[in-house]
Amino acid sequence: MTTVVNQPAAGGAAQQAAGLPRLLPAAPEDLRAHLARYGPAPYRNQSGALIADIEASGLAGRGGAAFPVHRKLAAVARAGVRQGRTVVVANGAESEPASRKDELLLQLAPNLVLDGLQLTAEAVGAAEAHLYLHYAPGPQILRALAERAARGLDRIAVTITQAPPRFLAGQETAVLNRLGGGPALPTFQPPRVSERGLGGAPTLVQNVETLAHLALIARYGPRWFRAVGTATEPGSMLTTIYRPDGKAHVREAAIGTPLRTLLGDGAGVQAWLVGGYHGTWLPVPDTAGFTLDNASLGRSGAAAGAGVLAALPSGRCGLTEAARVTRYLAAESAGQCGPCLNGLPRIAAALAELAGSGHRRQTLDDLKRWSGPQNLVEGRGACHHPDGTVRFVRSALAVFEPEISRHARGICSATDRGPFLPLPPGMPTREEDWT
Amino acid sequence: MAETLRVNPIQCSGHGVCAELLPELVTLDEWGYPVIDPRPVPPVLDRDARRAVSACPALALRLVSR
Amino acid sequence: MNTAFWYASRATGIVALVLLTAVLVLGILVNRQGRLPGLPRFAVTDIHRNLSLLSVAFIVVHVLTAVLDTYVHIPLISAVVPFASGYERLWLALGAVSLDIMLAMIVTSLLRGRLNRILWRAVHLLAYASWPVAFAHSIGSSKDLQQGWMLGLAVACAMIVVVAAIWRLAHAARQVPRARRVAAIFAQHRTGQVTR
Repeated sequence: MTTVVNQPAAGGAAQQAAGLPRLLPAAPEDLRAHLARYGPAPYRNQSGALIADIEASGLAGRGGAAFPVHRKLAAVARAGVRQGRTVVVANGAESEPASRKDELLLQLAPNLVLDGLQLTAEAVGAAEAHLYLHYAPGPQILRALAERAARGLDRIAVTITQAPPRFLAGQETAVLNRLGGGPALPTFQPPRVSERGLGGAPTLVQNVETLAHLALIARYGPRWFRAVGTATEPGSMLTTIYRPDGKAHVREAAIGTPLRTLLGDGAGVQAWLVGGYHGTWLPVPDTAGFTLDNASLGRSGAAAGAGVLAALPSGRCGLTEAARVTRYLAAESAGQCGPCLNGLPRIAAALAELAGSGHRRQTLDDLKRWSGPQNLVEGRGACHHPDGTVRFVRSALAVFEPEISRHARGICSATDRGPFLPLPPGMPTREEDWT
Repeated sequence: MAETLRVNPIQCSGHGVCAELLPELVTLDEWGYPVIDPRPVPPVLDRDARRAVSACPALALRLVSR
Repeated sequence: MNTAFWYASRATGIVALVLLTAVLVLGILVNRQGRLPGLPRFAVTDIHRNLSLLSVAFIVVHVLTAVLDTYVHIPLISAVVPFASGYERLWLALGAVSLDIMLAMIVTSLLRGRLNRILWRAVHLLAYASWPVAFAHSIGSSKDLQQGWMLGLAVACAMIVVVAAIWRLAHAARQVPRARRVAAIFAQHRTGQVTR
């Protein structure tokens, strides 16, 4: 179902010279192959050394928020000195339905992720490590853990926990809530998890791809890491790309790669979705200059997020796609905070009405008010789910505005009305759905 | 010491007591939940802010110092 | 003098029972986000809290006057330690238990910001135990309340508490569990399903 494209595309020679791909081998690598290629994980036996390298490398989180990794490491290490105990968590709960990169990384290069986890644990002085997964652990990750245990490679044991199939299950506080025995629901942040996390100990939660990059930086150094990417956003990242034919590819790309290299030149495409379901729609005629970095994308209010990129073909109804995704996002609300619980389902219902035939004037006004700049929904929850959903909806309203007018008159320009973007079926309705 | 009002949106169940006691900084949205002015509490409203924090039946309102 | 103390103790006792009835009903009203006609929302919370303190003030006088009255010997300690009194041992013990719970509720409420939320709530729910125990203490330890208009007053208070408690329980039973809240809002809007 998911294929991997490792060969560089049009910008080919440059990519190959830069040594991509870095993370994904062509086939799953067992421990022997991993050690032959990379050697053992270089423990520093000295506090602070790895953190300094990570700071010099400029590595940012690859889970979607792009937070500077060294700052999280330093915060947890500091808090750990005060409290005497820290915890590290590898977050592989890729809860975005359209993202497949973490799943693939864990299949092909689990040892890189596990190296990163051990090195990070050493850097922050952790004696407890967790691996949090979206699916039941696959044979590759289990084999990797067994092989490493047999060789005594891991300094601390890793506990695997499976997340429930919820969109919010990978949210940082939801991860800790689940690992602590509760449901995968977000909690209110003060205190920050880097101060008080799992079992009250300062906790580091890092995406699995971030840990893989970290494991390579520990071997090859910050300058090597910066050999690709941009000055302010160095390195490479895994992207999940949906080309107009609907097939998904996971591909590692240098940050700063022109989006056209990844998504095609836009022929037969009406819009791009950048950053997944909390991301931003961009109209294709405008997309010529965009590159895969937040500095470039930020000019249109977009961000790379966890690297989900989709090219919506011209024959589809963008409004209907947006409405389907928004309904999913609303259904996945934790239902804990008034503005999100009340706002998201109403926004989804309004968008569904717009995607139908003819809508009331009031519906469009309501929708603009709820997703507008007054922050009726945005920023008022315990997590960023309402914010991301509102960003997605707002950009859809802008990009698919001509389609809204057409639907108001009872016309739809689509020739293919089937679903394009992937969504899981059903809706959570029982408490067990969150555990 | 500048302090700002923050609401814990998970604990908040929309009693609306805060908006009554501190209308200068808190209004209610169309669903009864507080919309809080993000700026620091001016000194003249400090006592009222503390009263609002204390009066919240859900203990959802707090004053945080920057 | 003695008789004055005795009368004062009985009078403050019945007043305390009425006040405690009001406190409990107001507490339920706060939880249900109910309003007192003509008053702002914060009044419900404020009056609930103030009346609870007033109730304890009346109980303090109720206890002190009973202790000061020398017709029967009631040690002061028996106000909070059950079975420490020789006189009406069981009924005063109930009074002590009820007062102990009230004191715990008030102390935890004053320290609310610093306490575990679940602990506060657990102690506060003991109100539903404290009131019936106070009621039993009242009826059992006082001949006054066992006849006439005082009995009528006490029974009326009990009926009010029962109705209020049933209202509270009914709401708890009807409340939409968190996992179904979004579905409930979708249902209100009859749509959300994208037909194409």
